[in-house]
Amino acid sequence: MTLLVAKDLSVNFQTNDGIVEAVQGVSFEIAAGECLGIVGESGSGKSQTFMAAMGLLPKNGHAKGSVTLNGQEILNLPVSQLNGIRGSSMSMIFQDPLTALTPHLRIGDQMKESLGAHRGIGGSEAHRVCLDWLSKVQMPEAERRLSQYPHELSGGMRQRVMIAMAMLNNPKLLIADEPTTALDVTVQAEILDLIADLQKNEGTAVALITHDMGVVARMCDRIEVMRHGGYVESGTAEEIFYNPKHPYTQKLLNAMPRLDVVHEDRGKRNIGESLLNVSDVKVHFPFTISKGIIPRTVPLKAVDGVSFDIAEGETLGIVGESGCGKSTLARAVLQLIPPTDGGVTWLGHDLVSMNRNKLKNYRKDLQIVFQDPLASLDPRMTISASIAEPLKTFRPELTKSERREQVAAMMERVGLDQNMINRYPHELSGGQNQRVGIARAMINKPKLIVCDEAVSALDVSIQAQIVELLKELQDEFGMSMIFISHDLSVVRDVSDRIMVLYLGRVVEMADRDSIYKDPRHPYTKSLISAVPIPDPKIERNRTRLKIPGELPSPLNPKAALRFLPSRLGSKDAGYVPRLDEVAPGHLVAEHDPLEVILSQDPLAV
Amino acid sequence: MGMVKDPARVEAIAENIADAQAVKGRSLWQDAMGRFFHNKAAVGSVFVLAGILLFTLIGPFFAVWSNEEIDWARMANVADVGAPSIENGHFFGLDSLGRDLYSRVIQGTLTSMMVGVVGASVAVVIGTLYGAVSGFVGGWVDNVMMRTVDILIAIPYMFVIILLMVIFERSLFMLFVGIGLFSWLDMSRIVRGQTLSLKQKEFIEAARAAGVGWFVIVVRHIMPNLLGVVVVYATLLVPGMIMAESFISFLGLGVQEPNTSLGALISDGAGTIMYDQIWQLAIPLTFFLSIVISLFFIGDGLRDALDPKDR
Repeated sequence: MTLLVAKDLSVNFQTNDGIVEAVQGVSFEIAAGECLGIVGESGSGKSQTFMAAMGLLPKNGHAKGSVTLNGQEILNLPVSQLNGIRGSSMSMIFQDPLTALTPHLRIGDQMKESLGAHRGIGGSEAHRVCLDWLSKVQMPEAERRLSQYPHELSGGMRQRVMIAMAMLNNPKLLIADEPTTALDVTVQAEILDLIADLQKNEGTAVALITHDMGVVARMCDRIEVMRHGGYVESGTAEEIFYNPKHPYTQKLLNAMPRLDVVHEDRGKRNIGESLLNVSDVKVHFPFTISKGIIPRTVPLKAVDGVSFDIAEGETLGIVGESGCGKSTLARAVLQLIPPTDGGVTWLGHDLVSMNRNKLKNYRKDLQIVFQDPLASLDPRMTISASIAEPLKTFRPELTKSERREQVAAMMERVGLDQNMINRYPHELSGGQNQRVGIARAMINKPKLIVCDEAVSALDVSIQAQIVELLKELQDEFGMSMIFISHDLSVVRDVSDRIMVLYLGRVVEMADRDSIYKDPRHPYTKSLISAVPIPDPKIERNRTRLKIPGELPSPLNPKAALRFLPSRLGSKDAGYVPRLDEVAPGHLVAEHDPLEVILSQDPLAV
Repeated sequence: MGMVKDPARVEAIAENIADAQAVKGRSLWQDAMGRFFHNKAAVGSVFVLAGILLFTLIGPFFAVWSNEEIDWARMANVADVGAPSIENGHFFGLDSLGRDLYSRVIQGTLTSMMVGVVGASVAVVIGTLYGAVSGFVGGWVDNVMMRTVDILIAIPYMFVIILLMVIFERSLFMLFVGIGLFSWLDMSRIVRGQTLSLKQKEFIEAARAAGVGWFVIVVRHIMPNLLGVVVVYATLLVPGMIMAESFISFLGLGVQEPNTSLGALISDGAGTIMYDQIWQLAIPLTFFLSIVISLFFIGDGLRDALDPKDR
């Protein structure tokens, strides 16, 4: 039975630059209880299709065509009638669960609002229904959450609340717009499992909008591939993944880095002498707790004793979930944040004790590429001025024309058209801006580049191009790289060695293939098992390793011993898990057996 | 002929290639100039302001009466015979004491423009630098610098100006010093707030990672991004300065008779409006408003021109 039918749906926006046709006549159907995936890159119009169906277009947007829900036309209905459908027959969850919840309302009150509007339920009955749904979405301590505010919950818990709210009135269709993009991989795996369970148990149809082929492979029965406002290919998951017809689909699938594929070696590269040595680096931020009469300050241990070294020409991947201290570690290495303790030695020179002027000489060789390409460029500088800035600092003897030549050569090298020298960052796309960021970092031919989530904000196909560019540059200039990312697939693609961080400490470090084939630490195992693989058959038959409980706060004194609960006595509170070398170059932090870890959450109150 | 038959097309292609090669590096300032001259209101305002300035410079050569001469013949009956007239040489009429308003307006406009421009320039230069350094350096430096500003703001500026005028010789120069002492305080606070938010941006961290020194970061990255706010606030400051000067003059501490300023002329004019001497208010007010409105338009134009996102 078909639930939702869209025929020749188009959406256009009236803007100052004329009419933008975001969606150009798409038709699709969703049957009851199925999961339809809509895949596309940013700007392809995939969200706008469903915003139009929900009547949520902004004022300058106009929808044409037809959308019927159970045979009833719902496109361009007046708000009064739409309100009867929105939230009860079809509901939507969004990418960012924090901005989608009203900050000043308690969770319980927000949920009851929707119940009162659609079903006229209030009081203790409403309380019971809300509690019921919060337990159905596997919210820990559901009763207590009802009286909490959104900011008190973690990202994963907020998304659970959003799903519970969307499901309160047993809708026939749940529209999930990038529901897990803002979440960590392990949390993403849990949320996807939850949506799949709801689909199975409640018979709810799901429209899953995403850019991630791995997520689609895991969840969807049928797939529509969207590009430039139109569908380029549609079919079952198997058809799309194993027999893609359209070149764009093929390109998307090829661009997606895969965790389970052994990457061919990039030929011979010279991995030389040790360049950088980091020993027991700690970064603690003072954190004021204002509970009680006298506020007290406790150290927030963002990085708590990390050691590694990097050889010339080598790439070290650093992975970990948000809040594990990977960006802080990178900044501490570059001395952008002074480390609280520990040593950073660059070619035998201690960087930590150096004063600012002396340090400046070494900055030339230590460069960084940031996550957000637009934010990391001065909006009032042309891109050529931005690229030229490190030259001005380190090679002031160059004349204007020499500098211009070098900038032009570097722009050419990173694939930027030379006619773009006078452009400003906002006039370029995200991928082009990231090329500018790379050109700026590379202009002085540094010996080490830190890529801090450098490809995380980009679309899959652009991401693949930037990764390719970084590899080429490394082959050409032989610099070392520290590649930080939350995306394990990309890290496996670029790195020689990989370090896994958990709450500021190394839990495992090994070369890239060992860590994926032979992970030893429970946390590494759970991380790897959570990464979706863009292959429906493999993806649907994998078993996931779920560590009970949430990622603890770094302020929790017990958090450091999350994987060593046997040491959690009062005497051993400050115990630091040992790093054991289980195989040459394969370090694993001391931990209790996997069964013990999986059976309990030692941090639960 | 070969592949391309149409000679006009060949020419066009050649031109395109030439254009492509001729892309030269431009700076923010060159771009801003281009954008500013596309803004009709702003360019018109520049002409108005230039016209007023030109008038104050060459106007005196056409004056029949000086700004301190009293026309004894007409002073007894200003309401009837003091209206603007070409024949008797009082182009703008007479003031209530029988002096020539044409000469007085010219002299007053010049004084007021000087006060406004000097006051606003001091505010822009000192205020921006002070606020940017305080916000960017942060920590105890920020604390000391901003508490100093708090203390200075807490002192009634009129009191200090009176002291200055009493201790030193009363002069236009001392008036500038007095206004300059206080005009930058608010500006520095605004700029510090903006700097605090700018400092968190990733491109500042990028510059630090590139080894750029802190003062160069302030000048090269922070200041240009502050310009929009600074320019708009500066154009709002100019009329404020003109008004402050007229108040000081009113207390007898600023510009002294026979010299005058637009503020003083307007306040005189407003006093005689009920005696049918409307020109005594209308003419200085027209000059004052023209200056202020032109400055607003120029400020708006500059802000838009300095923001590359606005196209």
